[in-house]
Order: sequence, then C-alpha cells, then structure tokens
Amino acid sequence: MKRQSKRWLGLGLIVMIGTTLVAGPVTMSVQVKSGQVLATPSFLGKVVTRVNYGDRLQVLEQQGDWSKVTLADGQGGWMHNSALSKKKIAMKAGSQDAQTGASGDELALAGKGFSSDVEADFKTKNRDVDFTWVDKMEKIKVPPESMQQFLKDGGIQPVEGGKR
Amino acid sequence: MSLRIDARAQLLSVAAAALALAFVSGCSTMSQVGGVVGQATGVMNADQAEALNKSALAIEKTFQDITPEQEYYIGRAVAATVLVTYKPFDREQANAYLNLIGQTAVQFSAKPETFGGYHFLLLETDEVNAFAAPGGLILVSRGMVRCCKTEDELAAVLAHEISHVDHQHGLKAIRKGRLTSALTTLGAAAGSSLAGGQLAEVTKAFEGSISDITSTMMNSGYSRTTEFEADKGAVVIMKKMGYNPAALVTMLERMQVQLKADNKGFGKTHPAPEVRIAELKKTIGTETQPEASPVRQERFQKSLGGV
Repeated sequence: MKRQSKRWLGLGLIVMIGTTLVAGPVTMSVQVKSGQVLATPSFLGKVVTRVNYGDRLQVLEQQGDWSKVTLADGQGGWMHNSALSKKKIAMKAGSQDAQTGASGDELALAGKGFSSDVEADFKTKNRDVDFTWVDKMEKIKVPPESMQQFLKDGGIQPVEGGKR
Repeated sequence: MSLRIDARAQLLSVAAAALALAFVSGCSTMSQVGGVVGQATGVMNADQAEALNKSALAIEKTFQDITPEQEYYIGRAVAATVLVTYKPFDREQANAYLNLIGQTAVQFSAKPETFGGYHFLLLETDEVNAFAAPGGLILVSRGMVRCCKTEDELAAVLAHEISHVDHQHGLKAIRKGRLTSALTTLGAAAGSSLAGGQLAEVTKAFEGSISDITSTMMNSGYSRTTEFEADKGAVVIMKKMGYNPAALVTMLERMQVQLKADNKGFGKTHPAPEVRIAELKKTIGTETQPEASPVRQERFQKSLGGV
C-alpha cells in the first residue's frame, strides 16, 4: 500500500516536471521546410494546420518534447521542439536584420552557406551526380493516419514518446 | 594638402595591415575586419562599423553551427553521391513499406523534425549496406533487407540509421577546418548574395564536406564508439515504439553469417556483428525475441518477399 502511494506520488511529480509553463509567451521560428501543428502533443494526433520555414509563432507552454503554439492568425496546437528555433530566421540575405546587426545567437540567415545556389553550382561541376532519385524519395511522405493504422494493425503499442 | 594625403595613406596602410592580420589569424578576426577597415578609412562611422561587425559575426556563427537547412543540402548531395555507386531499387510497394516503418520509427527518435523530413529508399545491390545521409535521407541495400526475416528486424536496421542522423554522425565526419575558407568568403559577402568567385569558394567547401562524409560512410566507416552509439539509440527508438529491441540482436546474428567471406559494405565499415551483439547485450540484457506477429509477418512478406 505504502509502495503504491509512493508510486502515485512519483507519477504526479513526473507529470508536474514534464509540463513547463513558459513565463509569458516566447516567440520562436519554424526551422523546417514545412512544419505540422497538431491537435495533441503527439505525432499520432490530428494535423490542425501547416506552417512554413521562418514563420514566427508564440510558445505558451511546454510538455516534454512538445510546445503549445499560437500562430499569427490565432490558430493553435502543438509542435515538436525539434521543428522550432529560438533564432529569428531572416529569409533574404540582404534583409534588414542581416544588415543591422542581430547576433548569430539571435539570427539565422535562410539560404546562406550551403544553399540551393550552392547545390546548383555543385550540380554543374559534378554532372555525374544525379539528384533525380533524391527528389523522388523526398516525395514519399507517410501521413499520420497511415502511421497510426500501421501501428494498430501490427499490434504495436508505443510506450512513450509519440504518445506524449 | 600633402599632410592630409599622408594621413590618409597612413590610415589605408592601417586598414591593409588589419586585413592582412585577419587573413593570417583566421576567422574570429575576420568577422571584425569590416569595422576596422571601414573606420580606419573613414568610410563609415563607429555605429555603422559596429553593425557590420555584428552582421559578419551573425553569418560566421550561423555557418559554424550548421543550420537544419544547410544540413538538408549536405544530405541531398551525400545521398546523390552514394547513388552514383549504388543504383536505386525501383519497386514502389517495397519502398512505400520501407517508408511506412521508417517514418513511423522516426516519430520515436529524439529529433523527429528535420528540415526536409526523413525519407527511405532501397538500393539495388546485394552487398549488405545502409547509409544515413545528414537530415534524414536513408538508403538501405537489398542485401541488408535479406538479413532481416521479420518486420521487427527491419525496424531495428532503420532505427540504427535514424540514430546516426539524430547524433549527426555524418556532419561530424567533415574534416575540421574544411569550412574555414567558405566562412571567410561568407564574412566578406555579409548581407549580400554570393558573387561568382565567392560562390565557387563555398561550393568547394561543400564538395569537400560531401567527400569527407561519403568516404567515411562508404570506405573507412565510423569509429566503433559511433556505431555502438547508433545501436544504443536504436534500442531506445525500438522500446519507445513498442518493438522488442532483441530484434536487433537476431538481425545481427544473421548478418554475421551473411558477411562471412565478404569484406564489402558493412563487412568493411562496421565492427563485426558479434562485437556489436556483445555491446548490445550490456544494454538490453538477455531478452529474447518473441514469436513474430502474423499480421506483421504477412505485410513484411507481401512488400519485401523476393527482394
């Protein structure tokens, strides 16, 4: 009995620690080409909307690896932390931010460094390297519903992570 | 009049010296050179110089910690380069199933969202091999698939590759100092598009980076520690997802037989399966693989039977 109550206390603590209320909303940027905003903090949840690279959004709360976000148009949902960056992402190299001195910790420049321009230059210099299949494989995308069905049909029961 | 010219000449020589110093002493100095030169030549005021310094620093740091976007472009070129040697296996159903397992497994990894997402493709070769390009482009050979007799074992192979991406093992294979020249070019082009010569410099660093990664993946292999790290990561993904991680052990046992008398692919680039098994058992104990699920076995056979 005593052991049981200790277990519940432990579980309660984990839940409390797992949920972090952010002190006031924090603005973050989408650092992936196309990010999904989900109804619940789980990849198996319904997709509410999609966001694009560089989009700014407000983070209200964090739960483990997930952030509760609000978009500029008022829509909200959950995004995995790996899709978000604290840095502001300047979409054009000559933009105001790049010129007036935000530091590297605050700013990332889209299209700088190894970019589509560099890839194009690489292709002209390495004609034997063919990107056709790379483009083809990038088009293979598994929707969340198919993942859910795949797990269910196969009797695979996630322990944690995706279910959080 | 001549005094003014002298003073100006002196300032220019200070600027030239600053530039020379920057090239000799490397990148951290380079980020400030714009400000030093500008101020010395009287072209800009202190505030403008400070802004330029900060801007150059912004680009410098951006390049140092490779952004997800840059990792994506590196990964694309790495995958395309691997595909010069190994042809893709063009069977839609098999590749769709591979992506179904792989992309689902990704959701249980530490960093499931990469710039362009994870995508999987089979390779035609009989060689036992698999490659994880930065950003999540994963290539798996037919020979490797033949080491797997169940869906769980294939999931274990994919989880190992996902773990390589998660730990950025590919990026870590880029030789130190490779990016320095590109960094200098980027610093000089602060805030503007790269001109022809500058683009060529950055492309050169890009080519070098691709070559570092592909030669490590295809010829020399990662260190044993790196492979053990990927195996450990695979166990975590398997457990979270709901597969029994012992499937990685049974797959390695079969690979051991397959790799005998073959010094290609994994035989050349990976620690021997028995060494990996011994290391894995420290993590998962002696847990044994349960009977294969009939549903899983059926879909595995249907999609990959005959591969």
